[in-house]
Parts: sequence; structure tokens; C-alpha cells
Amino acid sequence: MSMLKTALENGEFAVTAELAPPKGTDFSRALQIAETFGDRVHAINVTDFQSSTLKASSLAMCKALIDLGLEPVLQITGRDRNRIAIQGEMLSAGFFGVKNLLALTGDHPTVGDNPGAKPVYDLDSVGILQAAKVLASGVDMSGNKLEGSPSFFLGASVTPEYDPIELQLIKMEKKIKAGARFFQTQAVYDIKTMEKFKEMTKHLNTKILVGIIPLKSAGMAKFMNKNIPGINVPDHLIDRLKNSNDPVKEGIKIAGELIVELREKNLCDGVHIMAIGAEENIPLILDEAGL
Amino acid sequence: MIISQNKPFEEILGFLKNSEKIVLTGCGECASACNSGGEAELIAIKAKLEDAGKQVLAFIVPETSCNYLLVRRDLKKIKESIDEADAIVSFACGDGVQTVAKQVKIPVYPGNNTLFIGEVERVGIFSEACRACGDCVLGLTGGICPVTRCAKSLLNGPCGGAKEGKCEVNPENDCAWILIYEKLKELDQVYKLTEIREPKDFSKIAYPRTLNLRNSGGGAIK
Repeated sequence: MSMLKTALENGEFAVTAELAPPKGTDFSRALQIAETFGDRVHAINVTDFQSSTLKASSLAMCKALIDLGLEPVLQITGRDRNRIAIQGEMLSAGFFGVKNLLALTGDHPTVGDNPGAKPVYDLDSVGILQAAKVLASGVDMSGNKLEGSPSFFLGASVTPEYDPIELQLIKMEKKIKAGARFFQTQAVYDIKTMEKFKEMTKHLNTKILVGIIPLKSAGMAKFMNKNIPGINVPDHLIDRLKNSNDPVKEGIKIAGELIVELREKNLCDGVHIMAIGAEENIPLILDEAGL
Repeated sequence: MIISQNKPFEEILGFLKNSEKIVLTGCGECASACNSGGEAELIAIKAKLEDAGKQVLAFIVPETSCNYLLVRRDLKKIKESIDEADAIVSFACGDGVQTVAKQVKIPVYPGNNTLFIGEVERVGIFSEACRACGDCVLGLTGGICPVTRCAKSLLNGPCGGAKEGKCEVNPENDCAWILIYEKLKELDQVYKLTEIREPKDFSKIAYPRTLNLRNSGGGAIK
């Protein structure tokens, strides 16, 4: 049974933390960090060649986490695998005891570190969810019978600051139809964004984990505003970072405050913390958030 | 139209390292329209090759370089030059090059890179519009092709990668799905986006594809 699913169904405030597999065969640092999360997170969300950069695979890291007694979320994008490989990855994940799966389109190879790679996109995020759902029923996408079938608590992503937002909502509904039971959002910094988004999605009866990326500097915030789709760091937060003697610490504080406010105002079902390279700070963010 | 572009001249010279006597062919259709294989281009390339020490025995712009019978007819007009030549360089699309290559016994080298099936937006400006996916979805997408104009060929709506309506892969390109959404809104057909589109059946478009109207009794709807 997925702990993440149980937590969300019981109305607990769920916490997931994102962790990337290493670029190489040395998993020790990533696994050490994972152990520091302990039972303070419900699941560790393992990226699948995040930002199209080559790393060890998500499944290998998920297996290593399971061996440590931790619960992973396997991310699968459509970028690198066709439907044979995606379904195969799901069967393997089922064998290893992976309980949660997050379906993503995947960044295009041209934004990554092997930009000449052939993009696949045989299945989009909706198709990946459909594949997981059909495998759970005991057959593959072509209707061929399986010897044992995997069952995943399925998630997907959504961008609350997307313009036009109707287009995100239409796709979100398709993802729910295809089997998504929880969503993690692109990083949000403005409480008003979630107030609006909560209102727009209340009819969907799904679970939403708000994406939290701790800011490390005013420069990082400005860079993300300029370059990362769907991210909007308000000026007053950039000023706080600018005026701080320890912007990393200030960023952790901002993240913690945001989580507290989201929780108090009941604007989401949990949070998904993406520390992008500073995962050792995740326990500090949880301290700030009182989690 | 098939959009093509001349290869770098050095690459063409590389093909011709061991060839002295050259024949050039172009194409009277697409390659002429995109200035990669019309008469004017062949005259200019002939001069460059001659500057590089090659002999250009003849050049011809077949009416349509992808039409086997028309190419055969037009090559006959320069048969003597072809018989004497060491190589042909074809300034057509990849199809046109192969149609020429089938009909001669000397090497035929491509002078062009074939880029895409595109629209002539205006003279000299071309944009990719169709990837010949074999299963047209335009009826569902307001006449805007997501297979071609979405860098990921997504069928169920956009990824999260658009910024101010522009694509993450190339910010000069509009996000196809935002265009589709706006168009369907105008047409009062946004409902077409709400249904899940199943993954494409690539077994139907395994290449190389052929079409034989004689066996299928014609191309039109019966």
C-alpha cells in the first residue's frame, strides 16, 4: 500500500521531496540525503532524466530507496521511451515494489546535456497514465495478458500560472480520466495563485501537492522568472532575498512560511519540495514549516 | 511543397574529389521555388565548380525531378554529356535525387539538404506545416497541426513548457496548442479538446510507404 496514497486519503498534509539520481554510478550521496528525510516525507519523488540531462535511471534509484525502507515515486516521461519501454519500466517497477508513479511529458532533449538525442514522445503524459491503468487490469496496451500486473498510485503535473489556464484545466481533467489521483504543481510562490487555482479545481475532486522550490538568491529568482515557464516569484520575495545577509537561509524561511500559509488556508493537500541540487536543505524547510 | 536548401559548397566538392566531369540537375517544381535547384542556381553553381577546377558538361532542370517518366524524358536530352560524365549532382529534394540516381550508371550526389514539407508564407519564407503522419488530425485541432507544430507532437494538449505563448524548444515558435485553443475558441469547438486522443498507431505508417492507385481502384472517396 502506498503511504502517499494513505496519507492523502486520510486527509493528512502530504509531503513529497524530489531527488535526482546521480550522474554516474555513485549513489552514496543521494542515498545519504534520502535517509535524512526519514519519515518526515511520505514519499521521495525520483526524477527521470530531469531537464533532459543524462543520469542514472529513476527506477534504479527507486529500487535503492525501497531497499532502505523509503517510499519512492517513480517519474516517467514520454521523452526517451516508446510504449514498449514505458510498459516494461512499469512491469519492472511493479516487481521492485514501486507503489507510486508520476507521468510527465518530459522536457525536450534540446534543452538538456545530450541535445542531439532523438525525442520519442510515443506516449504523452495522458498516454503514460493510460498505460499504467491498463497494465493494472492485467493486460498490456495491445490487450495481451500479463503474468502478474503492477498497480500504482498515479500522479501527474499541472502549472497553476499557465496562460491560458483553461488549457491546463482541460488537460488536467484528461489526466484524471486517464487515472491520475494526485497532482504536483510547478513551483508556486504567490499564495493568490493557489487561492485562484483551488477555486478553479474544486470540482475535480483530486489531490494537489503544491510545488515548492526554495530560492537561493535574488539572482536565481530573477532567472526563473525570466526562463522557467509557469514560475512567477513576486518582487517582495526577491527584495527579501536581496536584503538578506544569508539568502539561502532566507529562501528556506520563505519556503517554510509559504507551506505554513498554504496549510493554514487549506489551499492544497500537501507539498512537493524540489530543492534542485540543495536537497540537504529539505529537512530545514520542514523545520521552518513545522512538519 | 518540399523545402530544400543547398548543401555547403565544400561538402559538394568533397563528393566530387575523384570526379572531373560533372552534370548538374535541378528541379522545376519545389527546388526552383525555394531557390535551391532552379536554372539560375545551377548557372551560379556551375561557375563555382568551374572555379574549383571541375568541368561542367551540362545542366538541366527536369520539369519535375520526382517524376520517373519526366526525368527519363529530360535526361535523354543530355544523354551524351551523361555518358561522358564522372558524376551528377542533383539539386532537387531527396526524392528527386533518387529518381535521377535510378536512371543512370554513374554516381549521383545530393546538392541539397531536404528540410521539410512546408508552406510558402511569402516569397522566400517557408514554414513546416505537415509531417505526413498518415492519419490527419486537423479536423480536431482547428486546422493547426500539433504533430508538426508542437515540438513534441503531443496529441492531448500542451506540455507545461510554453512561456508567453512561445515554445520551450524554440522561443521563436508559437506553442501550437495555444494556437489550437485560440482557434477552437473562435470556432466554438473547444469541446474537441476534452476527449482523450489515443496514442498514434505507428504500425500504419511504417516506412517506406507506397500508394498504388491502380490496385486500390483510384484515390478518391467512393
